[in-house]
Amino acid sequence: MEKYLYIALFAPLVSSLFSALFTATPKKLFTGIVASLLIFTSFIASTILLVHILKGGEPIHVTMMTWMATGDLYIPFGFVVDQISVTMMMVVTLVSTVVHVYSIGYMDHDKGFNRFFSWLSAFVFSMMILVMSDNYAGLFIGWEGVGLCSWGLIGFWFHKESATWAANEAFIMNRIADLGMLIGLFLIYWNTGTLQYDGAFTAFHELPAATLTWIGIFLFIGAMGKSAQFPLHTWLADAMEGPTPVSALIHAATMVTAGVYLVIRSHELYSLIPHVGLFIASLGTFVAIFAASMALVNRDMKRIIAYSTLSQLGYMFAAAGLGAYWVALFHLMAHAGFKALLFLGAGNVMHAMHDELDPFKMGGLKKVMKWTWIMMVIGSLALAGVIPFAGFFSKDTILEAAYSGNHMVIYGVLLFTAGLTAFYSFRLVALIFHGEERYKLFGIHPHEAYRFMLWAMSPLLLIAIGAGVLQTPFFDMVEEALNAHEYHIAHGTALIMLVGTQMFVGLAILYAYKKYANSRVTVPDGTSKMENSFMYKLLINQYYIPYAYEEYFVKPYRELSEVFWTKVDLKIVDATVDGIAAIIYGTGEKTRKMQSGNLSTMLTWMVAGLIGLLLLAVVFGLAARYSDEILVFLSALGV
Amino acid sequence: MMEIGLNHYLVLSTILFAIGLVGVMRRKNLLLLFFATEILLNAVNVAFAAISHYYGDLTGQMFAFFVIAIAASEVAVGLGLLIVWYKRHGSIDLDALTTMKG
Amino acid sequence: MFEAVAFYLFAFLTIAMFFIVVTTSQALFALSALAAGMIFISAFFFILGADFLGAVQIIVYTGAVMALYAFGMMFFDTTRDVKEKQGNKYIIVGLSTLAAVLVVVIFAMPMVSGNIVALYPGIDGVGNTQEIGLVLFTKYLIPFELAAIMLLVAMVAGIVLAGKKMDLSITLMNEAEIEEEKNKKVLS
Repeated sequence: MEKYLYIALFAPLVSSLFSALFTATPKKLFTGIVASLLIFTSFIASTILLVHILKGGEPIHVTMMTWMATGDLYIPFGFVVDQISVTMMMVVTLVSTVVHVYSIGYMDHDKGFNRFFSWLSAFVFSMMILVMSDNYAGLFIGWEGVGLCSWGLIGFWFHKESATWAANEAFIMNRIADLGMLIGLFLIYWNTGTLQYDGAFTAFHELPAATLTWIGIFLFIGAMGKSAQFPLHTWLADAMEGPTPVSALIHAATMVTAGVYLVIRSHELYSLIPHVGLFIASLGTFVAIFAASMALVNRDMKRIIAYSTLSQLGYMFAAAGLGAYWVALFHLMAHAGFKALLFLGAGNVMHAMHDELDPFKMGGLKKVMKWTWIMMVIGSLALAGVIPFAGFFSKDTILEAAYSGNHMVIYGVLLFTAGLTAFYSFRLVALIFHGEERYKLFGIHPHEAYRFMLWAMSPLLLIAIGAGVLQTPFFDMVEEALNAHEYHIAHGTALIMLVGTQMFVGLAILYAYKKYANSRVTVPDGTSKMENSFMYKLLINQYYIPYAYEEYFVKPYRELSEVFWTKVDLKIVDATVDGIAAIIYGTGEKTRKMQSGNLSTMLTWMVAGLIGLLLLAVVFGLAARYSDEILVFLSALGV
Repeated sequence: MMEIGLNHYLVLSTILFAIGLVGVMRRKNLLLLFFATEILLNAVNVAFAAISHYYGDLTGQMFAFFVIAIAASEVAVGLGLLIVWYKRHGSIDLDALTTMKG
Repeated sequence: MFEAVAFYLFAFLTIAMFFIVVTTSQALFALSALAAGMIFISAFFFILGADFLGAVQIIVYTGAVMALYAFGMMFFDTTRDVKEKQGNKYIIVGLSTLAAVLVVVIFAMPMVSGNIVALYPGIDGVGNTQEIGLVLFTKYLIPFELAAIMLLVAMVAGIVLAGKKMDLSITLMNEAEIEEEKNKKVLS
């Protein structure tokens, strides 16, 4: 069984290194094929491990080697495959395989084809380390690795200024959050003496609540950066600068869920500090509605989907904060499926529309791109939580968890957000695929994506449709590992809730269709009443938060850096170093005059040296002769 | 007068040595520089002989003897070099032979 | 008493002579003064009972070395006064005085002079020359031989450096070539 673990872990690394050999050469098709095959191998290995766990097998622990063993600190390169990690492994490998195959078609005409697959596989490897590691240090390594690879992938088209800026923003924001996470890790080590999961978790029960609260808060700060919770959320929308498969893999299914994974993995910690959990849930709820509101009016197709990711992440954190870890994990799984599907569908649309992103400039595409239309509709239905698609099962359970815990505010807000979600996702679908063919005004000739890309997206389609049936087996699998319990609400109330939610969602969908699928939709040009209203401006500028960050954080910091550079670095540090060099040089110049070539001068120096030596002889002779007296004298002085 | 002791001879030797040093440092004519070197050697010889006499040890005289031998050969070689130099440069002024400057 | 008179007299004379050597601008005066100084130094040796040394001093130093210097002076153009561009007088004199004082201090301190032990004590009853001979050819034999070799080397070096046309070897050439050399010299 261990060999499957190693295969699953290292196949992406091999793929990355293999593709890295060809980064400087023009596109070679076999790089994509080999990469996809290797990721698929990893997927197969993960499936085998899943079957093993499902059959009731013991979680598999391996310790590959010791990383650090200094003093009391012992950190091994250890990996564990238990219920939680095998779920994540499945999600990661499946979506990665799909994305790899898809990218062969999407990056068809790109010069950096080989480089893309190298970064992509490296990302998968880092993510696998993150989810399979059995200690916090290994998780942190994977954490940083995915941060790095996402930087490389967001800024893949590095010639574009906006892309590099977005990549830097993502990386820096993650780094800021990582500081919090590091502090959390230090606190864990300081208080428990180990970073291993099992060791730390058993030790947590002994620690005082205050310490645990701090640890929980700091770890969550790290999760906030990775999963783009408020206020570290701006990077996610800007990360759409990268190629669409990147958005599908990283910003829908894997990297952003790393924060959720962290909270789920540390569930033993968070169940001991329910007040922190409540804070997490509240923040998640806030983010859910916050992001949904921004998606209502946005005019960038990928950004809308990105905001929906942000919103669903809020749902996941709400679930985790309320103690329903298994629901969060389940929602993570389902969400990965339909969100990646949506992104890849958007990628098809983008390719067809020559990288046009404004849905107002599209319309009526269902005639030309039938399959993409079907997939996006199903994905949106799943996202909205319509029965019997995947989203319904996970979202509804979250709502049940909120209700049964008597968190009515959270419940209400999440319910309202569900409606908003349905609205904006179908707004997008309607604008793109229904109504007049507005794209003809811009002279674009769309066509459907390659066949094999559609086939590659089909597994995601299956998940979006059918993941609901997996809920019970999933529950059985993780029941013990995550202290899962089902939420029992009185049957009548449950039925009312169900019907009510569905009706609310259905109404939202119909409203969206009514507003955007008719032929009266035109491209907004900034003059309509709605566009000039305060709410619209607030929402379309993302509540002016990026502006505030730029003004109040970035600009002052840049000026501070300049001051430090010119005043401190150049004038003090450089001056000191140069000064030392100048002193040495100057001394050399002056003493060079000793070499005058004039014999008299040299003879004079010789006599001077002779005198120096004679003086030394006198002094040392005296010291040797009277050494005892000198010692007495010095000891009297107190030396 | 005082009894002449070792110290007198040593003081004398030191004075002669100092005179020799002055000459070595001061002279600009190479030939005269060699003269000053001879003074140095002779001063040392006096010291050796004095010590040998006052301690009843012959080592000092032997040393002085060898110093004389060495001085003689040094003069021979030194003058030879000086001649070669003079043939090449036409002057034995110290300040003119700064070819090793820098 | 005689010893004291002789000592002071010769001391004064020696210092005066050597002073002239280092301060005069005329090379000829310096040469003469140096020769005189050498003789007076040998007087010291005789006072100290080092007869052999004194004789050797006169023969080698005053005789051979000064003769060499005289020949050398004839070679160089000594009618020209060498311009003595003075270095700083005070530095020079000061340094020398300091050196002298230090040396005296070192030797005057009881610790050095108290520790000297005679290695080759003189034998009573024989003259100084015999004493030196006894020590020279037994204990100092090797330095003696080495000094001889060194003198040989110095001699050869002096000849090579100062001789003319040292690359020709007349003994190895036959008559015809010697004639050719002579004619060449005449023609040039």
